[in-house]
Amino acid sequence: MLSVLATIGRIAIFGIDAISHMLRPPFYGREFLSALLNIGWLSLPVVGLTAVFTGGALALQIYAGGSRFNAEAVVPQIVAVGMVRELGPVLVGLMIAARVTSSIAAEIATMKVTEQIDALVTLSTHPMKYLTVPRVLAAVLVVPLLVGVGDIIGVFGGYAVATGTLGFNPAGYIRNTVNFLEPLDVISSLTKGAVFGFAAATMGCFHGMNSGRGAMGVGRATKSAVEGAAVLILAANFVLTGVFFSL
Amino acid sequence: MIKMDNIQKSFGSNHVLRGLDLEIEKGSSMVIIGGSGTGKSIALKCILGLVKQDSGTITVDGKDAAAGDRDAFLARFGMLFQGGALFDSLPVWQNVAFRLLRGSLKRPRDEAREIAVEKLRRVGLKPDVADRFPAELSGGMAKRVGLARAIAAEPEIIFFDEPTTGLDPIMSGVINELIREIVVEMGATAMTITHDMTSVRAIADNIAMLHDGIIQWTGPVSQMDNSGNPYLDQFIQGKADGPIEAVR
Repeated sequence: MLSVLATIGRIAIFGIDAISHMLRPPFYGREFLSALLNIGWLSLPVVGLTAVFTGGALALQIYAGGSRFNAEAVVPQIVAVGMVRELGPVLVGLMIAARVTSSIAAEIATMKVTEQIDALVTLSTHPMKYLTVPRVLAAVLVVPLLVGVGDIIGVFGGYAVATGTLGFNPAGYIRNTVNFLEPLDVISSLTKGAVFGFAAATMGCFHGMNSGRGAMGVGRATKSAVEGAAVLILAANFVLTGVFFSL
Repeated sequence: MIKMDNIQKSFGSNHVLRGLDLEIEKGSSMVIIGGSGTGKSIALKCILGLVKQDSGTITVDGKDAAAGDRDAFLARFGMLFQGGALFDSLPVWQNVAFRLLRGSLKRPRDEAREIAVEKLRRVGLKPDVADRFPAELSGGMAKRVGLARAIAAEPEIIFFDEPTTGLDPIMSGVINELIREIVVEMGATAMTITHDMTSVRAIADNIAMLHDGIIQWTGPVSQMDNSGNPYLDQFIQGKADGPIEAVR
């Protein structure tokens, strides 16, 4: 228990340290752009596929469940609110944890065990500024965009299933979706994206930087990073949902 | 001059350095020898601040290595790592010119590339290597690139960590010669860690034998064979019997 608390404390200090380095030069623009590309653009296919299938399945479930008490008509509204408030950000966050956190942790851990991080220091380059800040900053900026894209594609998945197989009117579906969503739904979704991006990138960097030796050390660092990021994302989702919709 | 005074470092119950004292004269080439796991690399990393010693002081030209402007301090050093430690994501020329592309020594990109190509040539590599990635290099080429990176910013002090490990004898000889030439040519202070006795004889002005966390013997390489020190004698003759316990 004590070691778990110590690890949580170390992660918190690492996160604060990363934020403090974001505010002080030097800044590494090329590394930031590279991180933007890797985390954002290259994650689009997996985010899109996850969202479209989830939106479609959601429409089928709501239709089947709603038909038990003659509430099939609420499919557009529930798909919209379910994707935008909850499933969009959470599933995109978990996909980012799987794809990006693992990649960051494995890359940085390999750099650690092959002395590349020591080499950075001897070349007067702070590893926190060169490795962590570009990745964390890029994730904070780009994951909300991915969540936005995921929300839209997820709603489209529901629309395609509802109008294609469940007999919904296309214009009516879109009208109901747009009318039902509120600005707070979208704001909460994008805010969750930023927080989940921070959590995913920070966990990858932290576990990579603190990797043990050898192939086993890299494997453990990667596993711990993905586990930690997934749990942190789900916990943060619970807290943020409470903050946005229960207060 | 680099001076290490009573350096102690432990990892849990493993007392690696137990009061290491060592002086390296400016412009000289010191080689530290000793068995695997005796703390040679830790000693070197303590000087650079990569590992913090538990106690003892390290001074470079009379100034505390842990105090003052860290960037300015590190800018005086170059280091060749055991495995090369080249950055996989960057082409060779950007590895060599890493320090010249950012920070206080930053130069225009074209100029940094020119310097990188010149340093690659100095270590015997052709310009076409500049655009390759580290994963495309052989072990010997990676060592040469690491050496080019270590000298790219013309440091005053260069560290070599096991420079010939993993190389065939001919390539080891080439790397030893290169190190010796470059150190003499630049007038740099050099500190090398190795257990390759051929490297010791090729590179060293002075040697220090590290065992049990302290320097057992130090002196000019010319006196190495007649030191009368049982640790050094056992090590350079490769005997299983002697004060250094050999695990069978």
